Amino acid sequence: MLLLLALGIGTLAGCGVWLLLRSRTFDAILGLTLLSYAVNLFIFAMGRVKVGAAPIVEAGKSFTLANTADPLPQALVLTAIVISFSMTAVLLAIALRAHAQADSDHVDGQEPRS
Amino acid sequence: MSTARSHVHDRVHDRAGPLPGTNPAALGAQGRPVSVLGLLHGHEVVAPIVLPLLAGSVLVLLEKAGSRWVAVVSLAATLLLLALAVGLLLQASSGQVFPYLLGNWQAPWGIALALDRLSALLLLLTAVVASGAVLYSLGGDDRRGVHFHSLFQYQLMGLAGAFLTADLFNLFVFFEVLLAASYGLLLHGAGRARLKASVHYVVFNLVGSALFLMAVSLLYALAGTLNMADLAVKLAQLQPQDARLAQAAALMLLIVFAVKAALLPLYFWLPDTYAAASAPVAALFAIMTKVGVYAIARMTTLMFGVSAGGATAGAAAQALPLLALATLVLAALGALAATRLRGLVAYLVVASAGTLLLAIGLGTAGTVAAGLFYLVNSTLVAAAWFLLADRISAARGGTDLLEPRALAHGWAPLGVAFFVAAVAVAGVPPLAGFLGKAWLLQAAVQTPLAAWVVALVLGSSLAMMVALSRAGSALFWKPGEVADETTAVATTASGTSAPLPNHPCHTGAVSLLLAAVLASALAAGPLSAYTAAAAEQLLQRQPYIDAVLGARPVPPAYDVRKEMRERVRERGELK
Repeated sequence: MLLLLALGIGTLAGCGVWLLLRSRTFDAILGLTLLSYAVNLFIFAMGRVKVGAAPIVEAGKSFTLANTADPLPQALVLTAIVISFSMTAVLLAIALRAHAQADSDHVDGQEPRS
Repeated sequence: MSTARSHVHDRVHDRAGPLPGTNPAALGAQGRPVSVLGLLHGHEVVAPIVLPLLAGSVLVLLEKAGSRWVAVVSLAATLLLLALAVGLLLQASSGQVFPYLLGNWQAPWGIALALDRLSALLLLLTAVVASGAVLYSLGGDDRRGVHFHSLFQYQLMGLAGAFLTADLFNLFVFFEVLLAASYGLLLHGAGRARLKASVHYVVFNLVGSALFLMAVSLLYALAGTLNMADLAVKLAQLQPQDARLAQAAALMLLIVFAVKAALLPLYFWLPDTYAAASAPVAALFAIMTKVGVYAIARMTTLMFGVSAGGATAGAAAQALPLLALATLVLAALGALAATRLRGLVAYLVVASAGTLLLAIGLGTAGTVAAGLFYLVNSTLVAAAWFLLADRISAARGGTDLLEPRALAHGWAPLGVAFFVAAVAVAGVPPLAGFLGKAWLLQAAVQTPLAAWVVALVLGSSLAMMVALSRAGSALFWKPGEVADETTAVATTASGTSAPLPNHPCHTGAVSLLLAAVLASALAAGPLSAYTAAAAEQLLQRQPYIDAVLGARPVPPAYDVRKEMRERVRERGELK
């Protein structure tokens, strides 16, 4: 389970970074999206992965982290998802505008002279 | 003034007793308010965040309705923030740390804010720069796009929050607030150059945010807390097997802040972005690099200081001064190679960030004090420069290329302003830029890097002086022909919008910021005493930790939670 999660985060982050290093805005945006998925999973994993634990409180059990999942990273992930989602939307709007104006989706706003 | 007013509030409180909403943090040992901002009933620490939030939200509606009150509300809110910042500075100058518990939750479970000398100083600086920028924008820049003023206020909210918060994740949120607003402001009155710079700037900062989140969650996984004061305690007690992970998290955080502060390998976004932004936005952005500097100063003293103990102690103490020196050298070269005035000014901002990070990286009380003194001057003068550069290019028909070009009107006021700003930014006597650098050199003599610091700081100052005098002589001393048709077309095609005619607001804003630069030189005595005290407070972490973790929630006058519990119990008994 842990290995699967770690491999998943690593793959997502790796693909994200590779796409980010490309010179088209669309690739860069996809890369950022993958990177933010990796980050969100990473935050989630930092609260220790538990299978079958109650999110906050379970009836009849005392509230300690031994019995429940850590609720704080879940709250952090929620904030991070909202922020990265809206920022991606902003970036998409900027990229579309730049594409419309420059007639090129190169990140520098013009095709490289080859 | 302060004694008289606090006396009045003492009497009010003696009669009424502490009000239910009063935060205990603002009360002295005898339960008396030590604040001159007693009208806010202990909520004055959160006020610089709430005020721009409210103003920005009102402005969204007013701008949508096309109201004429937009300018008035925006200016009034900024001036009110200025007054508030002055009050908070007076309060913080007592040397106490003022914590504030958001939602009355005790730290480290809730989010805490904390006001100390350093954050009060940066708040005041933000308010002064913002006043100049918003005044300048009323000269016509604010009408070039939509929602300038509301974005401006949200940016102020993000800045104030970043300076005040004592919680690492909250710092991330305020960083995002100020960045989101800055994306909008950067695009304001968009042109092609601005769009290109925006794409780079946004992508770069989003990657920075991803790193920030990783570092924060890694620290949480290791220490189990996000409160900066609590982290400072817990990081010193880490198990040895976690040491490497903690160091990685600490360095990732420093990379994120170095992106904002424009440290060497990470400053390449800055010159393009700042040169492409509209003038009032660029002036406000002058304080944005200082957020990174502030965050590095706070982290390297409170959590990762050499004296902090634990695996992360002095995490970047070796690298920071060296990278700062390299930044300084490259910024000086960039300034020499600049072909446009705004590009030159942007490199001056990088150079000032390099000097500041050098002062913080050297890490003695003397260098940090000198650095904070230099920070005040360099921020004010950088903001003044961006506004002035816009006026100069407007007088030259909309171009700021550093080549002879006729001026539309007399050179005298612009030339004098250029001279004053150049003297202040290059660090030539008698202005405060010189005092700050001289103090830094004096203080750096006792550090191991002394020879390099003296040589490179003086060398970069010389290079900046050469660059500025070359720019000044090209701009003012070689009256060329009136711009011919081809170059005029070329500059409009590159995305610069048509220059705005002179407006009293422009003159007022430039004079205001230059007057603030001169005032920081005239008031060098009190200012240096304040920054020395701020540096001392920054390097002593224990009072900050005690204040934040020792703040207790106010006993509620009306306990909603208790009442809800009782109601649930009653209902259970009925069943």
